[in-house]
Amino acid sequence: MTDPNQHEAHEAIVPMPGGQGADPGSLQPVTRVEDDLEGATTDKSYSQGQLVLRRFLRHRAAMISLAVLVFVTVLAFTSIGVGPIPGWWTYNYLQPVEVVNGGRPTLSLWPFSIGEHPFGQDTIGRDWFAMVMRGTQRSLIIAFVVGIVSTLVGTAVGALAGYYRGWVEALLMRMTDLLIVIPLLALAAALGQISGGRNIFVLALVLGLVTWTGLARLVRGEILSLREREFVSAARAVGTSPARIIVKHILPNTLGTIIVAATLSIASAILLETSLSYLGFGVKPPDTSLGLLISDYQNAFTSRPWLFWWPGIFILGIALAVNFIGDGLRDAFDPRQNRKKD
Amino acid sequence: MTRFILRRLGISALVLLGGSVLMFVLTINSGDPLQDLRESNDPNRDNLIAQRITTMGLDLPWYQRYWQWLTGAAGCLVGRCDLGTNRAGVDVGSMLENAASSTLRLVVGATLLAIVAGVFFGILTAIRQYSGFDYVVTFFAFLFFSLPVFWAAVLLKEYGAIRFNDWIADPSVSLLTTLLIGVVLGIVVQGALGGDLRRRLMTGGGTALFVIVAITYFDAVDWWRRPALGLPVVALVSIGAGALMVALTSGFGNRRVVRAVGATVGLGLVSYLALGGVLADPTWPILFGLYAVAVVIALACGWFLGGFSRRTAMWASFVTATVMAGTVVMDKALGAWAGYLQLQPRPISTIGSQTPNFDGTFWQDFLDKGTQLILPTVVLTLISLASYTRYTRASMLEVLEQDYVRTARAKGLSEREVISRHAFRNALIPLTTIVAFDFAGLIGGAVITEAVFGWKGMGELFRTGLTQVDPGPVMAFFLVTGVAAVVMNMLADISYAFLDPRIRR
Repeated sequence: MTDPNQHEAHEAIVPMPGGQGADPGSLQPVTRVEDDLEGATTDKSYSQGQLVLRRFLRHRAAMISLAVLVFVTVLAFTSIGVGPIPGWWTYNYLQPVEVVNGGRPTLSLWPFSIGEHPFGQDTIGRDWFAMVMRGTQRSLIIAFVVGIVSTLVGTAVGALAGYYRGWVEALLMRMTDLLIVIPLLALAAALGQISGGRNIFVLALVLGLVTWTGLARLVRGEILSLREREFVSAARAVGTSPARIIVKHILPNTLGTIIVAATLSIASAILLETSLSYLGFGVKPPDTSLGLLISDYQNAFTSRPWLFWWPGIFILGIALAVNFIGDGLRDAFDPRQNRKKD
Repeated sequence: MTRFILRRLGISALVLLGGSVLMFVLTINSGDPLQDLRESNDPNRDNLIAQRITTMGLDLPWYQRYWQWLTGAAGCLVGRCDLGTNRAGVDVGSMLENAASSTLRLVVGATLLAIVAGVFFGILTAIRQYSGFDYVVTFFAFLFFSLPVFWAAVLLKEYGAIRFNDWIADPSVSLLTTLLIGVVLGIVVQGALGGDLRRRLMTGGGTALFVIVAITYFDAVDWWRRPALGLPVVALVSIGAGALMVALTSGFGNRRVVRAVGATVGLGLVSYLALGGVLADPTWPILFGLYAVAVVIALACGWFLGGFSRRTAMWASFVTATVMAGTVVMDKALGAWAGYLQLQPRPISTIGSQTPNFDGTFWQDFLDKGTQLILPTVVLTLISLASYTRYTRASMLEVLEQDYVRTARAKGLSEREVISRHAFRNALIPLTTIVAFDFAGLIGGAVITEAVFGWKGMGELFRTGLTQVDPGPVMAFFLVTGVAAVVMNMLADISYAFLDPRIRR
């Protein structure tokens, strides 16, 4: 068997009509097409995952957004520290200090200087940068946990409903309808009140348990079409258990949809949590969240606009970055522009 | 078909029932309804606590309280609603009537606006894929999609309302701003219309020039405080809308459609002049009646003058008549603006959905409700707009790849015909499901927007009910929103079956 990586011409029996005046039955040298091309094709071939990764890395908006997101996360967690680990920022978010210059921000772009209080101070003198960082930490943690929980639950529900059909599907789909009929904000607000703002992980868990409906419908749709494929019938014929079929055969084919939906659910989770905190039903004092910061000082907009701008810009920035990353992932998994939307 | 609807109704009723149980149980467990009384130092405290326990039925088990509410709410099906009382004893049903009209006004307006704008931008960006216009619109779509509602609402309150009120007291547009607005609009229009460099310069430059001249004229004439459209502008806009509809649907070559739309515009202008008196101080039923008459006239023009292009003529006339009706309403409303400014020097109020005890003509009342409605509607629209634009764009791109579009192009149809006659309708089909699902999300957004703008709507009911651990208002909120969501889903399914003949079979 010829090694496809060999580039030299090889002999083969090829009928060459009137070629070079030679007798058609004799062996003629055949030149491979690649030899004639300048900059012949590379030898590597890529796996599916690597192809997706390459496409993702080429998406400029997603790359910029990824950099921004990583920067914000690192900044939020290292600047004021998390848990027992201290940060490198001089002030913390609990301690009021003396109000300097009416609490105005000391950050300036030209000449560039950070100053004592780059984001300013709030009305009682707490450093606003530290507070915004703390709020960002809380919001990021909640958003990621909600994203993970809702992805796991949504995938499980969708997979079971799509594969088993029958009464299992009917039951699960009615449960999904139940959660769709109640406005998400109302449900989340009621659940937020119950979890009492004690622990943000409890809040995140609870929010994750009600935001999975979109993903469940998506996964169910994909599985409905995938279960008719030959590899599933083959696996069933061999006697594979349904669990193994779902996990090893069907789900890897839906991975693209799931990852994209997970990323987008993180973005909507940030907005949901900050909205809840704004209304007073999410993270409660003494803990802080970006939504809570905005609601505390929304009336101070005319006198102290920095108290309003900075948390909002962070929410907007994080949500925008995650949305762009999700879009990049979507394009990477399916570069055709004509994906069917749910 | 009827069996399908009945089955869906049955399942929806069960789902609503389940949802109500869930919501009820969550609400009554979300906190302590006696908390504020426990913390008070009132000497009458124990009496008040006992009183509240009786009013709210706090000594009953949860299923009994739920059953009480359910039997009361079920009375709505026979016309005798008893939705309970809130913890102060006020009947929830009456609270709901006022609140629901406010909120539904907001949500329905926002949905309609978002659909129209979203479809418009979605289709335009799909046709001009990868152009600069496409990138800019897509970026803004992402931006609005990631925008926190409450933050945007406060921003809009500051800049849209407070600064606008300051400006309208002494309105003038500086030269720099005029030029900037003209240039920006010129750039947008040339991006949307596309074409080669010469065409872009013409459309962009023309638009910029027109806008700059218009703003300078408005400034000179103090139009901002004493606006008036008058017959010339109304006629111009009507003829323009008619021409646009003809160009979009069948082209000017089709004489029948041109005649039908022309007749509609003519009859519309005549009736505008004739009905001037009636429109001076009408009521809402009169306005809706007149609109219905206008639609009938338009459809009749299309039917009788349309010939073989009857349906196209009727559709083009209908849209033209709607645009004309809107222009006439704008004309009358703007005519009342000067008087309104006398009554309300700061026109855009940021608290509440209407000025209490307002006493003016119909149009002044219209302006009053309208100015309060603008900002919350804009906030809600922005968020839905983003997702509708993206979905329409994706759906349109998928449709443009289809074989029948290639066939249409191969047959020699102009691009305009291919898009408006074949691609457009098919691209809209997935949007119906999106709109239905988005409706529930919009209600959530309305809760937040009402909180920011101080509207006394259903969001307020929900928030106070939840904070006070009072199931009455919360369940009323759920009832309205749940029924609305179910109805929208049903409408979406039915219209999907209606629009896509493959599903009917």
